[in-house]
Amino acid sequence: MKRGRVNVTSKCHGFASTDGRIKRHKPRPLGLSLSQRLVKDWGNLPHHVVLQIFQYLSLVDRAKASSVCRRWNEVFHIPDLWRRFEFELNQPATSYLKSTHPDLIQQIIKRHAQHLQYVSFKVDSCTESAEAACNILSQLVNCTIKTLGLISTARPSFMHVSQSHFVSALTVVFVNSKSLSSIKIDDTPVDDPSLKVLVANNSDTLKLLKMSSCPHVSPAGILCVADQCHGLRELALNYHLLSDELLLALSSEKHVHLEHLRIDVVSDTPGQTHFHSIKRTSWEALVRHSPKVNIVMYFYLEAEEFEPFFCEETPVTHLYFGRAVSKAMLGRIGLYCPRLVELVVCANGLQPLDEELIRIGERCQNLTAIGLGECEVTCSGFVEFVKKCGKRLTQLSIMEEVLIPDNSYNMEQIHTEVSKHLGRLWFPDMMPTW
Amino acid sequence: MVVNSVHWFRKGLRLHDNPALQEALDGADTVRCVYVLDPWFAGSANVGFNRWRFLLESLENLDTSLRQLNSRLFVIRGQPTDVFPRLFKEWNVTRMTFEYDSEPYGKERDAAIIKMARNFGVETRVKNSHTLYNLDRIIEMNNSSPPLSFKRFQALVQRLELPKRPLPTVTAEQMDSCPTPIAHNHNELYSVPSLEELGFKTAGQDQAVWKGGETEALHRLNRHTEKEWMASYERPRINACSLMASPSGLSPFLRFGCLSCRTLYYKLRDLYMKANKQITPPLSLFTQLLWREFFYTAATRNPTFDRMTGNPVCLQIPWDKNPEALAKWAEGRTGFPWIDAVMTQLRQEGWIHHLARHAVACFLTRGDLWISWESGMKVFEEMLLDADWSVNAGSWMWLSCSSFFQQFFHCYCPVGFARRIDPSGNYIRRYIPKLKDYPNRYIHEPWNAPESVQRACNCMVGVDYPKPMVRHAETSRLNIERMKQVYQQFSQYKGLSLLATVPIIQEEAETDTSVPAASRNQTCSNDAMESSISSVLSHRKRERPAELQCSHSYIQPKLQCSGLDKHPHRSQQQQQ
Repeated sequence: MKRGRVNVTSKCHGFASTDGRIKRHKPRPLGLSLSQRLVKDWGNLPHHVVLQIFQYLSLVDRAKASSVCRRWNEVFHIPDLWRRFEFELNQPATSYLKSTHPDLIQQIIKRHAQHLQYVSFKVDSCTESAEAACNILSQLVNCTIKTLGLISTARPSFMHVSQSHFVSALTVVFVNSKSLSSIKIDDTPVDDPSLKVLVANNSDTLKLLKMSSCPHVSPAGILCVADQCHGLRELALNYHLLSDELLLALSSEKHVHLEHLRIDVVSDTPGQTHFHSIKRTSWEALVRHSPKVNIVMYFYLEAEEFEPFFCEETPVTHLYFGRAVSKAMLGRIGLYCPRLVELVVCANGLQPLDEELIRIGERCQNLTAIGLGECEVTCSGFVEFVKKCGKRLTQLSIMEEVLIPDNSYNMEQIHTEVSKHLGRLWFPDMMPTW
Repeated sequence: MVVNSVHWFRKGLRLHDNPALQEALDGADTVRCVYVLDPWFAGSANVGFNRWRFLLESLENLDTSLRQLNSRLFVIRGQPTDVFPRLFKEWNVTRMTFEYDSEPYGKERDAAIIKMARNFGVETRVKNSHTLYNLDRIIEMNNSSPPLSFKRFQALVQRLELPKRPLPTVTAEQMDSCPTPIAHNHNELYSVPSLEELGFKTAGQDQAVWKGGETEALHRLNRHTEKEWMASYERPRINACSLMASPSGLSPFLRFGCLSCRTLYYKLRDLYMKANKQITPPLSLFTQLLWREFFYTAATRNPTFDRMTGNPVCLQIPWDKNPEALAKWAEGRTGFPWIDAVMTQLRQEGWIHHLARHAVACFLTRGDLWISWESGMKVFEEMLLDADWSVNAGSWMWLSCSSFFQQFFHCYCPVGFARRIDPSGNYIRRYIPKLKDYPNRYIHEPWNAPESVQRACNCMVGVDYPKPMVRHAETSRLNIERMKQVYQQFSQYKGLSLLATVPIIQEEAETDTSVPAASRNQTCSNDAMESSISSVLSHRKRERPAELQCSHSYIQPKLQCSGLDKHPHRSQQQQQ
């Protein structure tokens, strides 16, 4: 409700004007309260004030606000509000979630492509959605993107896009941005030539590259990245791309300290037992160069396929076994993984893991997190393990079914005993028994 | 003044421990026991053959028991809002009684009925006996919000007094003082319908493995020795026998109310104390009953409990829509014998062991198919005898890691898990006869058997039995990443630890007084995470405008209700 426009700047009446004459007050209408006299025109708020407020609003609310008046519409299009955008591309037939409106997408491409800096695409399992993402990418010609993420939220639909279409779209961004620092392209058909283009244009700025499960990349392709991008701090790839040369390249003098290295170990064919090995000296070089590096390994192998791993000291810090892992393997981890910080075991066989666990508690002095599902551990063995780790265990997650009560402890007692040693309240994870 | 009572059976299909029924009899001149049946339900896909059969058997049993007391059950066809006005007039009803229904739709329906009854001058008396405790009391004890973790729930329950003692069965004397007027044509008007009448074909159907009714329930309760009870209620170590329908299984009877949960509670308690020199039993003795209670409590004030969109306690996970894959799972055609055997047992018999439920739920949602838990919930609703609204929805949310702060790293492998539980493969051979000749080595993964073996077993994979519909290694890899993506948004934890992506529940750490105060503060090393969680949790209590109904405000709320099709029967008040 407007009571008449009051200029924001004329707050004080009665000060002498510049020519010295005292201005007379205009007679005020009777009955107006103070607040009514000081009503400002919301449409005349300074841009930076509206901008601040808009930054707290969701896109939907902002968009609605932008149709209120011209100034608010101008603010809506200020570049600062368009630095970060997440395109959501979903089809009703394959997803419960809504999609970014096509008109909005058009607007962004037309007016804000050059403002975008932190961009991600979330696509559902429909190939159309991934193709739409590629189409948008191809149009971001005048961009200065720093962060790019291609995320499939269900099935890896980027893999079904034609490789040439994908690669050419991605190359548009690689070539034009020239200051890419962070790229997430897991589960995409990216290939060696695209990586070459990436490196040619962004070698100074690239800090993070996540490309797990990109089957068209070869070890040589990723080596090229490590050789040229000396600022690379985080890298995620599959084991078949890992090589001694890669580790050495990441440890060269010119290279910054590596912070995260994530390696997914997946068998291409079932029963694959041959995995190339990495020399111990290469690992040592890496750790020497980057003493604080976190090495994360996710294993998706069958129990028999583990033979080549952990035969000698491996500087892994975070280990995840996504399928069954053998007792023998867990024993080896106790022996050869002194830097271990987190261990998560999805499943194991039917024999108690007491010994292996206790050894891990003893030898892995940096262990702070452990998760066990579908294994068996006796209660005494478990308590022994917890005693060895003590308060450094900040995450302890074990399914209730895993613990086997014995003569020393039953299920009631284990919770108090473990809580005592951890210095906090602890319970095993439960599943509904209904 | 003449008191003509009507007792309305919905659940609580029993004469023992039925406080509401006792209220109907109390000082009444006549009493009639009524069950309102909406025949429309029979056509709806969401109540399957076994559930109908169980219900009708339970009603028949009630009728038989009432006959022995010179009364009858009146089964009225129609909807309560239409049926009751007519009956109130016809029978000159002055009092109506029924057992309290804690589910949100039930409460809404009952509020309307009570109001309508008042207009007819009918007094309504409602008593709580479907749950052990008064659920609202538990919620109030927890700062007016339902506990989000089972441990928290147990801690609250421990502070309560024991549940009310079960009331004895209605006696002939009681019924004699308030007889039931039975018309000559009672059978025409008010008898329990048959399955055929509801449109089911019964020719060729197997004998029911689970026979409905209060008599059967009490028979099961009393038939077994102490040792057997204690054995089954102590730590249930799974083996192949546990997978089969147990003659002492009680969950369907608890769901329909053929057995009172309080009766079961006290039976367990008394048995334990007798066997253990009168020591008070630990809470763990009642775990199964408490899980049921937990889900009822979580659901009672949340009408959106059975959905993802708009449900404040459910994570918004980008599940896939894939009707073909869903059908394969539901019909037991996944190509994984363990999954298929479980779904076959479910379809044929109406009950599966809880670990089997975990396995198939994990397979459908976060383990392999990445399909929404709502779809799985609806399939269970149709086929599972003990699935009711609260417990079914709650379990599915739990098993799909959509709620209740569950760690998501453990995934049931459809082969490995099966080998542990059913090493001999007999369970699979029983429910998938096509595979019966397969040797133990290959029965859980027939696709790995050499062709010669397959031919010898008269069952070629891909022809006689489906190929596995997914590669488990691949799907589990993808799905753990998806779950991580979801949880990292929710908890804002973006570090490397897989375990830390699931936030710790602050409330648990603060309330237990057994842990010394100093150590209570050392719960989580990440202060920022704690404050974000508690603000998220408190955020959940606030009313949010409809379009912003999603997890929290930190991320841009881009998720809007896509208008998931509501089931047609939801708008009818679902009674069973």
